[in-house]
Amino acid sequence: MNIITNHGPEQLDFNFIKEVKERSCQPVDLCYHCQKCSVGCQVASYTDFRPNQIIRMIQFGLKDELLKSTAIWLCVNCETCGARCPNGISVSAVTDTLREMALEEGVPAGVKNVPLFHQAFLNSVKSGGRVHEPTMLVRYKLKSGNLFEDMKMGIDLFKKGKLPLFPSRTKNKDQVKKIFDRVKGTGFSRCGQNFNSASIEERG
Amino acid sequence: MKFAYYPGCSLESTGQEFDYSIRAVSKALDVELVELPDWVCCGSTSAHATSHKLALALPAQNLVIAEEQRLDPVVPCSACYNRLKTAEHAIKTNDELRKQVESLLGCRFTGEVQTKSALEAFTKDVGLTAITKRVERKLTGLKVVCYYGCLTSRPPEAVAFEDPENPQSMDKLMKALGAEPLTWSYKTDCCGASLSITKADIVYSMTGRILDAAVEAGAQAIVTTCPLCQTNLETRRRGGIDIPVFYFTELMGLAFGLPDTNRWFKKHMVDPMPLVRSLTETG
Ligand code: SF4
Ligand code: SF4
Repeated sequence: MNIITNHGPEQLDFNFIKEVKERSCQPVDLCYHCQKCSVGCQVASYTDFRPNQIIRMIQFGLKDELLKSTAIWLCVNCETCGARCPNGISVSAVTDTLREMALEEGVPAGVKNVPLFHQAFLNSVKSGGRVHEPTMLVRYKLKSGNLFEDMKMGIDLFKKGKLPLFPSRTKNKDQVKKIFDRVKGTGFSRCGQNFNSASIEERG
Repeated sequence: MKFAYYPGCSLESTGQEFDYSIRAVSKALDVELVELPDWVCCGSTSAHATSHKLALALPAQNLVIAEEQRLDPVVPCSACYNRLKTAEHAIKTNDELRKQVESLLGCRFTGEVQTKSALEAFTKDVGLTAITKRVERKLTGLKVVCYYGCLTSRPPEAVAFEDPENPQSMDKLMKALGAEPLTWSYKTDCCGASLSITKADIVYSMTGRILDAAVEAGAQAIVTTCPLCQTNLETRRRGGIDIPVFYFTELMGLAFGLPDTNRWFKKHMVDPMPLVRSLTETG
């Protein structure tokens, strides 16, 4: 069966909905497009697709379009959608799954800086067990190339003593390293079932 | 009363005044906070957004420590609270997930501790009666809107300790302190803090909705429970809006007549002193 998209006819891919359901444990085939999620969504006016459109695209198997969308990276996981859906679907849980899939498959992010920030943040956690905001922000700025954006805000926070020069310590650093190593293994779904995947830091 | 205390990374940097004020009002109420030894970062949005496994394992590591201490962890930051509580919910309600997390951490969970947000610990465990008794200088005439944000309310089945659409605990607390909480519709909207660094243009528009609604409701200040919301609402705002944003514990300290309040207020990015002075003059 084919579907006509902006880029012409495409084969319907039913494996996609199967995979999303299995990993997110959300009953996405129950969605009847009442759009309650989209009405309450905090970022719907800034994204390419609204929450119920995300679900519709999963039902149609439009994997490539979704994995490169801005919607999955701009979703702030505020869970308004999940709290209000009459069918118990959390679009937030679905975007979690879609972001993981996009990272695993190396799809360039629709909003480039968001995963770069997450990577800088997690690298900071990995090395010290806690986030040291000043070094994390500098690393992110170097990677994203927006070095001078927010300079004034940084200086103002620094003047207030809110960006401490030295990181706070935890003796659990080794345990944290172990956790980061172990999550590289087999993935598990939101209901605890195993599947195969990789994690973000492996992409460096 | 005794709790484990999980400050989280923000309370050591951008949210310092939240940390100072929580410790001070706890002392004033005879609540003992024992900082969780060697706590680790909860992974926050970055783990949540990119790795389901890390998003459970990092906060769960702190639950392991709390179980060893046999103390319920109190978590001030809404983002940390949401992560720890979500991990606790997963471990307590799903055996498969519990086993997965146990094998990631190399531990066994007893499921004996209960994570609490600081707002919940003060308004429910300590209670409004004890708080009212401690008030020395009522905040009479102070009109506020209570901003709960998204992370202490949703997902309701995992993290909410009250009505997720129209929470009341902070409003009742403000009344107990003598302030006047106003009705408004933005209590549990999201301020977009997780995009603050990466998509500032969107965030200015999200905070704008909340700040405008607060001013329109006639509030002199916004009261919050979250260091990410507080910083975001004070640093990501258009010019011309000067409404200050307080942590609820700072207003408790003010009403208790604690000596350190000025030290906390000096840390704010939007100077709350004109409003604080006007209160002490009239009050
Ligand atoms: S609220 Fe639920 S049923 Fe309604 S459109 Fe959204 S996902 Fe579908
Ligand atoms: S969790 Fe994401 S999709 Fe759901 S309402 Fe919030 S921003 Fe929108």
